[in-house]
Amino acid sequence: MRREIRPALSLVLLFTLVLGVALPAAFTGLAQAVLPFQANGSLLERNGQIIGSALIGQSFAGPTWFTPRPSALTGTDAAGKTIATPYDAAESGGSSSGPTNAGMIARVRSRIAAYRKTYGPGPVPDDAVTTSGSGLDPDISLENALRQAPAIAAARKLPAATVTALVNRLAAHRLFGVIGTDHVNVLKLNLALSRIGAP
Amino acid sequence: MTTHGSLYIALVLVLVLGAAFPLGAYMARLFEGRLRLLAPVETGIYRICGIDPTRQMTWAAYAVALLILSALHFILLYAILRLQYYLPFNPQHIAGMAPMLAFNTAASFTTNTNWQAYAPESMISNGAQMFGLVVHMFISAAAGIAVAAALMRAFASGGLKTLGNLYVDIVRITLYLLLPVALIAAILLLVAGIPMTFDGFATIHTLAGGTQTIARGPIALQEAIKELGTNGGGFFNANSAHPFENPNALTNLFEIWLLLVIGFALPIAFGHLIGRRREGIALFTAMALILGLAMAGDYAAEAANNPILVHAGIMARPGNMVGKEIRFGIAQSTTFNTAATGTSTGAVDAVTDSDTPLGGLIPLFLMQLGEIAPGGVGSGLYGMVLFALLAVFVAGLMVGRTPEYLGKKVQSKEIKLAMLAVLIQTLFILAGTGFSLLTGSGLASLANAGPHGLTEMLYGWTSATENNGSAFAGLSANTPLLDYGLGLAMLFGRFAVLIPVLAIAGSLALKPKLPQSTGTFPTDGPLFTGLLIGVIVILGGLQFMPADTLGPLAEHYLMLSGKTF
Repeated sequence: MRREIRPALSLVLLFTLVLGVALPAAFTGLAQAVLPFQANGSLLERNGQIIGSALIGQSFAGPTWFTPRPSALTGTDAAGKTIATPYDAAESGGSSSGPTNAGMIARVRSRIAAYRKTYGPGPVPDDAVTTSGSGLDPDISLENALRQAPAIAAARKLPAATVTALVNRLAAHRLFGVIGTDHVNVLKLNLALSRIGAP
Repeated sequence: MTTHGSLYIALVLVLVLGAAFPLGAYMARLFEGRLRLLAPVETGIYRICGIDPTRQMTWAAYAVALLILSALHFILLYAILRLQYYLPFNPQHIAGMAPMLAFNTAASFTTNTNWQAYAPESMISNGAQMFGLVVHMFISAAAGIAVAAALMRAFASGGLKTLGNLYVDIVRITLYLLLPVALIAAILLLVAGIPMTFDGFATIHTLAGGTQTIARGPIALQEAIKELGTNGGGFFNANSAHPFENPNALTNLFEIWLLLVIGFALPIAFGHLIGRRREGIALFTAMALILGLAMAGDYAAEAANNPILVHAGIMARPGNMVGKEIRFGIAQSTTFNTAATGTSTGAVDAVTDSDTPLGGLIPLFLMQLGEIAPGGVGSGLYGMVLFALLAVFVAGLMVGRTPEYLGKKVQSKEIKLAMLAVLIQTLFILAGTGFSLLTGSGLASLANAGPHGLTEMLYGWTSATENNGSAFAGLSANTPLLDYGLGLAMLFGRFAVLIPVLAIAGSLALKPKLPQSTGTFPTDGPLFTGLLIGVIVILGGLQFMPADTLGPLAEHYLMLSGKTF
């Protein structure tokens, strides 16, 4: 048994130094030199100021913006009470509510009512009233974006066709008909919207 | 279900199964020691570590070396987690982990489980992720593959007293397989947008005028070995649902490919090593059939959506989007999650806790089968060989002959050891779940009421014992009961299987290789593959039928009748 200690211990320490320190350090150095945009989190700038990450969703509220999906993230306030902190990217996760969870179903019902009040009657796109897996979903479905477009156009006093065209221009589509989904990145959409007219 | 969703599953299977054949041939050469390209590097490592590469180990020596290596690694990781506050690469000044959580996490990463009872963003430093967790992801994966290689050698020849050298196996598997593939994968994932930075969280002013803090770190490298080594430990709490771990549909497809490919290449390597390639293909086919059916079933369950929500006013299509990400949709989420539970990866790109009851049952069942479709790297192959031994035993009973597998007589010693490995897992899963639900602490950990709560606890114990690491994430697992209980389940689930496997390998290696006769039950055709799947379902699956009926199946029928909790 004792004859194994030296090789085992040396192997553990060598792997830790090489694979755990030298390799990530060298790889990070290379990544920062060659692909700094990706390596730092795909951060987007506007007028010289960073306004978010192209990959991470952020909160938008009110009739003049495209609204992202609900986010299940929670945090604690100064008094230690649990509060909703949607799109707080210092954390991540979904609601973990099961399909027969009464609280989850009640929340979806009230979101459906609110969505219909703002964007009109009819069946509501699934993604508009359900929380995502990360709580940071940057996208909404194309269907959802097109349903929101007329109300946003009205609030911004723009022709509805202009906003709809913007959605279609920025939409991502399923690759080769198989890989991916039809969706729009909410931050990029709202960024483009802010460029064509002040709210 | 839609055509493009079904095509996606077919595409994944074609890409993985197609790559498994050349990779399997390459791995057979690796296990035989015929790859010499990096010989100078190898020699250097052996010299530094005091390893004698010519030494051959008996099964017992191999097992002792593995246990000592794992124990040292466990202790080092425990120390790193407790002391992370004082160690470098901690830009967020995260405090040291509490003892019970550090025990659970060290057990989790030593056993290739990667169960995460902690929220990474706020509870683990970049440094501890790098030189704690990532190193384990390499070593525990290499150790699993090494044991599989030792078992293969036992079948390859007769009258053999030794199984190889554990240290040499681990070094070679890392140098020739895990490290090069992980590096290429990490580069591709970086190009696709996965960050690699030592800077701390970014604080930004959002477009709508608020502020947002964005967690980031050295993720790309961890992501690559996380999938390739069927580890599953995410840099973030949301795992592969987080956009920084899995930015788009192409990375999702690539991650699925990475986590499946070695598992499917191993039976092919086995066939090459014993010189009877059809034998490897028979095991490979059983794995592929089980996984393919599971992928189709899980997709159908999630595409059917939750009737309670459809009744409330959502569109029935595309399906149950609770806990799923838009860029993946239904089929690409369910395929990822079945691949990650068919292997022992346990990564998720959607919240399994929010799946429909049948959509949650399929990943659970894949784990209960014993992680063999295709299972963890190494552990999947040796788990499958255990079932193959039991299958020839059952066939032998039917015709009254001493069973043989691959020219080796299978006798009571091997069968007893194989049954021991299977039953220890059952014991931990069922007794652990039952006991936890009798305690107030266990009940307080549940996030959902009704049968879904039972499923949460059952899923947790199954995942830990089978070394998967996937979770019904609502379960609050950072409690004394679950930190220590699941920690022990992970250790027993790994080593109480691995040691009997090595003992079987040692016993089989000694036996002479019998020539095939007309009385030999052929194990390289569809008849055997069918029998094997039957034994897996009966032995691996039926033990859990009562528990699965009370959990997900009961919830399914209650959901159809509109009952909520």
